[in-house]
Amino acid sequence: MSPSRVLRLKTYALICAMLIFGPLGDVLLGKAMKKVSPMRGWAPASILRFFVRAFSSPTVWLGIGSLTLFFVAYVLVLSWADYSYVQPASALSYGLVALLAVIALNEKITLVRWSGVLLICLGVIAVGQTAPRTTEPR
Amino acid sequence: MIVTGVIFYLFILLSGTGGEMCVSRAMKSIGEVTDFRPRSIARAIGRAMKVPWMWIGIALMALGFFSLMGLLSMANVSFVYPASALSYVVGAIGGKFFLGETVSKERWAGVLLVTLGVLLVVVGRG
Repeated sequence: MSPSRVLRLKTYALICAMLIFGPLGDVLLGKAMKKVSPMRGWAPASILRFFVRAFSSPTVWLGIGSLTLFFVAYVLVLSWADYSYVQPASALSYGLVALLAVIALNEKITLVRWSGVLLICLGVIAVGQTAPRTTEPR
Repeated sequence: MIVTGVIFYLFILLSGTGGEMCVSRAMKSIGEVTDFRPRSIARAIGRAMKVPWMWIGIALMALGFFSLMGLLSMANVSFVYPASALSYVVGAIGGKFFLGETVSKERWAGVLLVTLGVLLVVVGRG
């Protein structure tokens, strides 16, 4: 395999890991935070109370665990790929989050919103056609 | 309530994206990770932890994450998550000016499509 093909495969594999653990973590977080009442004002006491309540939910920790795996894959891919390539490539997760939110959390998504998700995916494909690295290794 | 939400939202956009760019800068400075055995990955991360940009990035991302939790307690994840994608504009501009990346016309077009999609998601409330 040519080096550029290896680079592409490696990049795709890690972006796949990002696409599994990112949306899963975000939806778990969304599920947990639905049960926490919103923060009232910016007094230190209310900020503290809000986060104590949030972090006592096991689902929040599952979400954080999943997002940590996402972050490891993300950081590794950023060691060679451009940020402006990886960030939009990870946008497929918008479709996955929407799907998970409907299936697992019973959230309602309108047709207009789904078409927005489709546009995001098209944008992702457009970005995926560009070279993964434009800066010289330092 | 709305003001609190907007503040959370701005922190997600600016602090979250700014943090990611700092992390990207730190990871580029340690060089490409070519070996995926757990020990090598741990060593690469250990090396990254010695770069100050990494810590600035993690602090900013943590701030963005707490704001995400704040906003998720007020709104559905199927709204909050796509709405936060306006960070793509911040990301493309930051990639160009802060990280010296070449954002080609094609890449700008992709970012524009993503952004239009985000706007439809925000407009298309149930």
